[in-house]
Amino acid sequence: MANQWRRGRLLTGVAAVAVASLTLAGCGGGSSSGGGSSSGNSRGPITFVTGKDNSGVWAPMIAKWNKAHPKEKVTLKEQTDQADQQHDDIVQHMQAKDPGYDIVTVDVIWTAEFAAKGWLQPLTGQYKFDTNGFLPPTVKAATYNNTLYAAPWASDGGLLYYRKDLVKTPPKTLDQMWNDCKIAKQHNMSCYAGQFAKYEGLTVNATEAMNTFGGQVVDSAGKPTVNSPQNQKGLQMLVDHVKNGDIPKQESTFQEEQGRIAFEAGKFLFMRNWPYCYSLASTEGSSKVKGKFAVAPLPGVNGPGASSLGGHSEAISTYSDHKQTALDFLKYITAPAQQKFIAMKGSLAPVRASLYDDPALIKKLPYLPTLKTAIANAVPRPVTPFYPAVTTAIEDNAFAALWQGKPVSAALSDMQKAMQSASSGS
Amino acid sequence: MAAATVAPAPEKTRKSLRAGEGRRGILLVAPTLVMLAVVILYPLVRAVIQSFQKDEGLNPATGMFVQGGYAGLSNYSHWLLQQCAVAGGGTQPCPEGTLGSQFWGAFGITVFWTVVSVGIEVILGLWFATIMNREFRGRGLVRAAILVPWAIPTAVTAKLWFFIYAYDGVLNHILGFAGIPPQLWTSDTWPARMGVVIADVWKTTPFMALLILAGLQLISKDVYEAAEVDGASRWQVFTQITLPLIKVPLMVAVLFRVLDVMRIFDLPYIMTGGANGTTSLSILVVKQIRQGFNSASALSTIVFIIIALTAFVFVKFLGADVIQRPPGYTKRKWFRRKPPEASQSVEATPEGAEAA
Amino acid sequence: MTTEALPVTAGAAEQEIGPPPRRKDRGKAVRSYLGLAIIVLWGLAPFYWMIVTAFRQVGFTFVTTPWFTHTTLDNFRTAFSTARGNHFGQALLNSVIIGVATTAIAMLIGVFAAYALARMQFRFKYLILGIILGASMFPGVALVSPLFSLFSNIGWLQGWNYQAMILPDISFALPLAIYTLTAFFGELPWDLEEAARIDGCTPGQAFRKVMLPLAAPGLFTTAILTFISAWNEFLLASQLSNSDPHHYTVPVTVAIASFSGAQPHQEPYTAVMAAGTIVTVPLIILVLVFQKAIVSGLTAGGVKG
Repeated sequence: MANQWRRGRLLTGVAAVAVASLTLAGCGGGSSSGGGSSSGNSRGPITFVTGKDNSGVWAPMIAKWNKAHPKEKVTLKEQTDQADQQHDDIVQHMQAKDPGYDIVTVDVIWTAEFAAKGWLQPLTGQYKFDTNGFLPPTVKAATYNNTLYAAPWASDGGLLYYRKDLVKTPPKTLDQMWNDCKIAKQHNMSCYAGQFAKYEGLTVNATEAMNTFGGQVVDSAGKPTVNSPQNQKGLQMLVDHVKNGDIPKQESTFQEEQGRIAFEAGKFLFMRNWPYCYSLASTEGSSKVKGKFAVAPLPGVNGPGASSLGGHSEAISTYSDHKQTALDFLKYITAPAQQKFIAMKGSLAPVRASLYDDPALIKKLPYLPTLKTAIANAVPRPVTPFYPAVTTAIEDNAFAALWQGKPVSAALSDMQKAMQSASSGS
Repeated sequence: MAAATVAPAPEKTRKSLRAGEGRRGILLVAPTLVMLAVVILYPLVRAVIQSFQKDEGLNPATGMFVQGGYAGLSNYSHWLLQQCAVAGGGTQPCPEGTLGSQFWGAFGITVFWTVVSVGIEVILGLWFATIMNREFRGRGLVRAAILVPWAIPTAVTAKLWFFIYAYDGVLNHILGFAGIPPQLWTSDTWPARMGVVIADVWKTTPFMALLILAGLQLISKDVYEAAEVDGASRWQVFTQITLPLIKVPLMVAVLFRVLDVMRIFDLPYIMTGGANGTTSLSILVVKQIRQGFNSASALSTIVFIIIALTAFVFVKFLGADVIQRPPGYTKRKWFRRKPPEASQSVEATPEGAEAA
Repeated sequence: MTTEALPVTAGAAEQEIGPPPRRKDRGKAVRSYLGLAIIVLWGLAPFYWMIVTAFRQVGFTFVTTPWFTHTTLDNFRTAFSTARGNHFGQALLNSVIIGVATTAIAMLIGVFAAYALARMQFRFKYLILGIILGASMFPGVALVSPLFSLFSNIGWLQGWNYQAMILPDISFALPLAIYTLTAFFGELPWDLEEAARIDGCTPGQAFRKVMLPLAAPGLFTTAILTFISAWNEFLLASQLSNSDPHHYTVPVTVAIASFSGAQPHQEPYTAVMAAGTIVTVPLIILVLVFQKAIVSGLTAGGVKG
């Protein structure tokens, strides 16, 4: 084996010396004689960085790993549970080239930015990560420039909550759903609750509507392609139903919670929201819809619609000294056993398709089969290193179209221009 | 008194007591100046330098970020002229959905808040002060009550009003009694803007009232009695006696409030996150920091200049005399070694007193 | 301020024929007390609502009964609970640390400067006073990005980074402290100091032994105002504090603004109001006890604390 590598080194010449010696050290495997910590691919203790462990899944998983790998112990470093603060914390440590952040947990919308900054180790070559059996959209969300930069770990998708006491069969298509709004009128309720305040949730809802009609925000090369006839249809649909009152005016303040509270108070027939509402609406004291609601995939044009994808991936820092250990740890936490554990213990949505059919899990999380459909049809939010600018472009223009009478065509054209200007430097 | 009065040297001053004062004075002020230089001057200079650099751009071939290089004035024209880059070079007017397109809007709403909030605060403050200036029992209670809004941290104030403004909240409930339909206080453009005004006025009117009250209390009763004897109407008393007499403290208070609102951040940031036409200049800077550091530096430099100009106008033309120099000390003599009265010392000095 | 009365020209004044004096007086008194009632209501009503909500059960958040109903202490427990990723107790401690350190250092530095400005003649004095006042008008937001990158480079955004907030807070508090102190010092009977000097005290001794005790009320007031200003600071803390749960240096203002509920998207109104009450009550007590001093400090400096 060593000979093979030496021959390679001779062939590729002097320029490749550095690269080759890195690779050599990788061959050392478990031996301690490798390139040492500076070579960046040896093994050893690592630090794992994630947001506040509210669901309590990390401590037991890491304890188990540490027992089996006494020389490659993982230390948990918890951040806050505020997404913006987590983002900024990673940025600071990466700018400081901190080798102490070996694995970082990235929200699906940060992957491209961090990758383009050169902070994430591509999961190719000796660090190849096998994504077989993963739900495809979760892999897509971790991919930038056709390169996988992170291991999908937990997913999330939007669901349609509906009042099963009032709607016999859940609507499969958008037309059916809007048609059912007359039931809401009969019962003096509002029809559809989404997230339409001017914040990240509006980007989620607007892109869902646009993706459902087959539109895109950016193409696979990251070029803005938002000004398209499909997107026009999607956004126009929302605008039309704001106008006819199916989406009532107070929804311009709605984030997830306002919608949930209103739905639980029995004010809405339908609600688009995340899986977290399920247990709250079934158990919370103030909920008036206990046992009266169910979930379905978001309706689309002819079948299930396109949900936006939420969730988190795990990435190895370029500045890590122990990348091989880090890679092994990624494989460990995404293995079926651990994925099942996070679903059971933390009610998190796994990234492995097979788990959605697990009877024990379905018993615990009855919405899982629905969520599987939702995630399988999900479209990742735009994968672009300029995500903050892109989401501002969508939020501002969608809000103007929905609530301030801006023509949809003008809104889309401005979105397109705004995104282009972001990607060509201020 | 509404301004720092720099005490004129007592005439009896003996020269020896003042020996070495120049150096000692500088020495005593030095720590303050060093502090301000480190935390204010250095960052300011740094921001100006950064503002002439382009933000990182994407190398289309690799998809990786690369340094932006020298930007000239393009970061400034981006904000002031609202010019955004187009793919393939050149610029176009910034479309909606870019932060660049929000500059003049943010400037406008900041000025709007400044004028409306401070205007209402002055009027209410005058009214409050007039009431409190009368003799009454329970003065302490009223003064304590009025200090409560002032003492609550702005962040808490914002959260409190955010709750009061909720759609199902108490304000809409009260308005319901008056037959006013519920308003979207944090997400309809104008209600949200007025929501910020209301919360700001609530919090800072007490400050204004107390400053005005202090000014009022300096006016001798005789003046009013004389006016009453002369048969002046209340409006005349107010405009011809009260206002001119409290002009300086009032202008100083207005100046500080104006600069506060020009810099407003916490209140709209916590209440609306800057959505729906409530992005102040300060919020815009913080938003831009996420999208590009150097462009944000240019914006913060612009904000600094706007505020400096405002302060200058107030001090120079509107009589907000924050530094009250002793009489005889004219501005031209700023750089003189000693003001006139210091050289007026009469006696020679006994050597012995010159200890230290 | 000079209080020269403006001459009131009698001819310009119109005679106002009002109701008989006694009824007028009574009407005036009623109006006065009505006005006072409005002022008290103005100051206390929203604050009262915060406290009422702080004691309400979560399920009854939006009940609008104006007195205490559905009371519970749960919200206070929730506020201090760390189970949801909030660290309110630590944040309170952080605010105290930052507030006390800022006040102590700013007072120490400020007293020297204010003494020099109030008592001494030296070159550039008014220019320096102008610079110090100018600094108080400086927009904090212009410091955020440069301080962020500066502190990031020297590693001040990690670990227990109280200094990253204390240092800027001092610079913000200093101008106001100096301004207020200079005004106080200007009113002191400095003859006493001179007498002490003639008796053989050094300037330092004269200041410490004679003047400092006289200046104590002014110093105390300034310290309160400085502490309140540091306690209330939000903008820089929101960008520069460390939110790492193991090195948590976030002060209460920022902690409250980003208070998170049991679920990722939940806005825990009642717990936030409970937290707000806890943050505010010490200040209210401070204000009630020292209201005279605070008012004199506010008006002496003519600036917000």
